[in-house]
Amino acid sequence: MAEITYLEAIREALDEEMARDQNVFMLGEDIGAFGGAFKVTDGLMAKYGEQRVIDSPISEIAIVGAAAGAAHMGMRPVVEMQFIDFMANAYDMLTNYVATARYRAFLGCPMVVRGPSGGYVRGGPFHSQNPEAGFIHTPGLKVVYPSTAEDAKGLMKSAIRDDDCVLFFEHKYLYRRIKGVMPAGDHVVPIGKARTAREGTDLSIITYAATVHKSLEAAERLQAEHGLSVEVIDLRTLAPLDDEAIFATARKTNRVLVVHEDTRTGGIAGEITARISETCFAHLDAPVLRVTAHDIPLPYAPALEDFVLPQVQDIITAARRLAAW
Amino acid sequence: MSGRRRRAGEGPGASLGEALPLERKLELYYWMRLTRTLEERLVALYRQTKVVGGLFRSLGQEADAVGSCYALESRDVMSPLIRNIGAMLVKGATPVEILKQYMAKGDSPTRGRELNIHFGDIGEAGRTRGFLGQISPLGDMVPVMAGVTLSFRMRGEDRVGLVYVGDGATSTGAFHEGINFAAVQKLPLVVIIENNGYAYSTPTHKQTAAKQFVDKAIGYGVYGEQVDGNDVLAVYDCTRRAVDRARAGEGVSLLEFMTFRRKGHAEHDNQSYVQPGEVEAWAADNDPVDRYVRVLLDREKVPQAALDEIDARIHREVDAATDVAEASPLPEPLDALVGVYADPPTERPLWYRDGADVSSLGRERAEGWGTWDAAKGGPR
Repeated sequence: MAEITYLEAIREALDEEMARDQNVFMLGEDIGAFGGAFKVTDGLMAKYGEQRVIDSPISEIAIVGAAAGAAHMGMRPVVEMQFIDFMANAYDMLTNYVATARYRAFLGCPMVVRGPSGGYVRGGPFHSQNPEAGFIHTPGLKVVYPSTAEDAKGLMKSAIRDDDCVLFFEHKYLYRRIKGVMPAGDHVVPIGKARTAREGTDLSIITYAATVHKSLEAAERLQAEHGLSVEVIDLRTLAPLDDEAIFATARKTNRVLVVHEDTRTGGIAGEITARISETCFAHLDAPVLRVTAHDIPLPYAPALEDFVLPQVQDIITAARRLAAW
Repeated sequence: MSGRRRRAGEGPGASLGEALPLERKLELYYWMRLTRTLEERLVALYRQTKVVGGLFRSLGQEADAVGSCYALESRDVMSPLIRNIGAMLVKGATPVEILKQYMAKGDSPTRGRELNIHFGDIGEAGRTRGFLGQISPLGDMVPVMAGVTLSFRMRGEDRVGLVYVGDGATSTGAFHEGINFAAVQKLPLVVIIENNGYAYSTPTHKQTAAKQFVDKAIGYGVYGEQVDGNDVLAVYDCTRRAVDRARAGEGVSLLEFMTFRRKGHAEHDNQSYVQPGEVEAWAADNDPVDRYVRVLLDREKVPQAALDEIDARIHREVDAATDVAEASPLPEPLDALVGVYADPPTERPLWYRDGADVSSLGRERAEGWGTWDAAKGGPR
């Protein structure tokens, strides 16, 4: 089978799920006739019609709220945030309404909120965000953030089939840069399971999304230039976190570096660090270290963005410090 | 037709409310009186500290809740507000459910997770009663009901949605986005604005510069009507027309019901912000139950004894429901961990709530402290 991009893998998942289940439909801004700002839904309206690929007004509250109402009635909406930054506009609907529906009212919300996320693309403050931490803090939501084309497809199919709301972060830097060959048949990747992206013994990097690729590049160089054997764990799912995989790698290498593109304070790295500290303290040879973005709104100019976001060299520097502890 | 304003009774032909047969008119009386009696019982229980949280009255608004919801079919779906207890009852919620909710009982409809009338029962027609509990952030139910009615259209179901908002909720983004989305999609949705004069303590003129809320219908390109919300037959008439329009594929209607909130936002609120005499004037001249009693006695020639009999039946029903609710068990604490997600079905208690042996916790240290070896004088 031919290689397809991360973006095409997502589209393939959407297409297959729409064909498989009449209850699956799409709702979002410019997703129909235009095929979406990044063309993720390109061709789907032509194939499935205006009733199942709905162009909405610029109304993130209405998009998410209407998806919730339809989901209560047994539909399986997949809604697009044109940029994930705009999910903030639907924060109330997601956290107060959707996340609590099953618990407070025994109402299922089987829906997916997906959209292009992340930086390294010169998108500036409102087209580059990574707002996942705000949502893993909310019980009732699931959050996935794939780094490979295979996972993008398999996790999207799982997300659509999940009986709860899944926030599906798609890294726009990876959309057309990352490719993969899709496994044959009904390729489904389970939510809640991390992946070992690289085996190693000296230290572990726990990461997700675009920084998986930066961490793998750093690991290569750490091996080649410093003789360090680095394990890289790709979380894939951020809520629920795969504690088992996190603790296993911490116990295996005794040194953990958490890397993410999101800002530092209140970022997921803090939560992972706390869990390792509570559970694996006796196995640690060093404090858990973090490489993250600075606590800065993401600036536009390349020199500024590159300074704020974690780069391969930052990971190498932190890994060497960790190894030398 | 968009944005037109019409008073009930001004329309073509006879009022749909006036045309109801007497037995159905008596049902309207039953629901309004049940609403009031049940709330009076809740006040008594509140004062006995048996109601766990706040208590929200719909005194003076019974006609708007009952008359509007009565225009729906059983397969239709309605989303109420805190003061639509009457609409909930019409749609099939029971007094015992409401009492258990207020008393936070373990076998209440939300198993003690949510407050007051924040509970629902929606899904397949015929198997569910068709009411969707609100959440506290106002306006949010408009987009959600847009989605419910979107599902009706996608599945070709002959069902209609009705959602209530207050005068205050019209100021929210959710209201605007929801009604606009529903209007663009021409969904079978009726949006009712209950204008009861106050949002908590904020009067209507601090909520909007519009002269009347029904004017907003023009901006959204939907059908609009304003009606005397304390005239139950007029409310039914107006809502029924909007429901019929929705069912016929003519899209969204925005209805404004003129009424007045005679109690505070909740029982703790002494209404110090209300003009002196305003509450008393509405109670004396414009009580929806009193007004409807006059209609039944004077125009419909219903004997007083027939109404007394309904009142007595309601008292018996509320007494029985109170006994059941009071005897109901409180929730088991561990039930708090169940059902955040479908999968996993339950969360684990945190270790300090899980019977952990605290004395053992310090001995979890591995044989060596990690791989550090002091004899070697540094990291391996």
